[in-house]
Amino acid sequence: MSNPFAIWVYLSTSPLLWLTLTLVVWLFADFVSRAANRNPIVNPVLISIAAMGAILVASGAPYQQYFEGAQFVHFLLGPATVAIAVPLVRHRALVRANLLPMAAALVAGAIVACVSAVAIAAAFGAPRQVLVSLAPKSVTAGIAMAVSENLGGAPALTAVLVITTGILGAVIVTPLMNALRIKDYAARGFAVGLTSHGIGTARAFTVDEVAGTFAGIAMGLNGLATSLIVPLAMQWL
Amino acid sequence: MIRALALLLACQLSGEILARALSLPIPGPVIGLALLAVGVLLHARATGADPSRIESTELGRTAGALLGSLGLLFVPAGVGVVQQLPVVGAYGLALAAALVGSTVLTLIVTVYVFLLVKKLTGKAQAGGDNP
Repeated sequence: MSNPFAIWVYLSTSPLLWLTLTLVVWLFADFVSRAANRNPIVNPVLISIAAMGAILVASGAPYQQYFEGAQFVHFLLGPATVAIAVPLVRHRALVRANLLPMAAALVAGAIVACVSAVAIAAAFGAPRQVLVSLAPKSVTAGIAMAVSENLGGAPALTAVLVITTGILGAVIVTPLMNALRIKDYAARGFAVGLTSHGIGTARAFTVDEVAGTFAGIAMGLNGLATSLIVPLAMQWL
Repeated sequence: MIRALALLLACQLSGEILARALSLPIPGPVIGLALLAVGVLLHARATGADPSRIESTELGRTAGALLGSLGLLFVPAGVGVVQQLPVVGAYGLALAAALVGSTVLTLIVTVYVFLLVKKLTGKAQAGGDNP
């Protein structure tokens, strides 16, 4: 039998191991989420990130090596975003009927997302650099990190806050909307896509296709709105 | 599936090129989304196909597969972020309060403004009211 260490050296440096593990860990997390009847607390994104993170720590493999394999999954984010065009076309009549509500909710939501986060953190005494890193936390990591960096924030901190906001919104949205007795899935989806970008949109698609479609639209629109609003809001700081 | 993937990638690529050429503050894939939606509707108009039946096309099935596992696609970036957790540093409590408070507040304000304007304009169809 060949040296097990040699096999490990091959595996840990090959994209195959980390790509396979990413998919298997996701299937496990998705199975757990289904078994829990899609209970929002049992969020498959959170479970996968925690499990995969633990595997990396236990094996001592550096993140760069993991990403060599996982990048193939990461790459699909682009085409998956384009794919939202399909449910958009299918529900185009509903989208057209809700253009005004969407525009108003976008402006209100984008301002509240930025201002409320900054105000709460400022009340706790966080310094300006932390506030700037926090302000764009409701939009996709790519946009948020660029906005944060342009204004003197810390992009790495922004990335942590973006992903955490995504998971928080995905976990909170269903119990919150049920408690408020809101049954309009277009409105529910729009709110979670605006608040929690793609991770909120992923949750919305597992609940209802209309919710997913409106979440996707909100995610795209808020990326634009936040990149305009945050620089303005930060002038007052 | 390959044809559908090629179409999705071509839309993303056109979006990325447009975003850079015109220095738009919108990500390439979001522009690609708009291009694909317009393209599908124009194609349907030209061929007389019913765009509401898009789910059963090759593009529809591929899009359904991607969107059905959308959460998976955030895992690689999320794992990287967990390793950065120490950057939260001394402001962990302030940031936790800000994120929880702001997330709840943003969800509530967004959903109520949406519903209020929908009620005021009154034209919106009841199709979004799933029981």
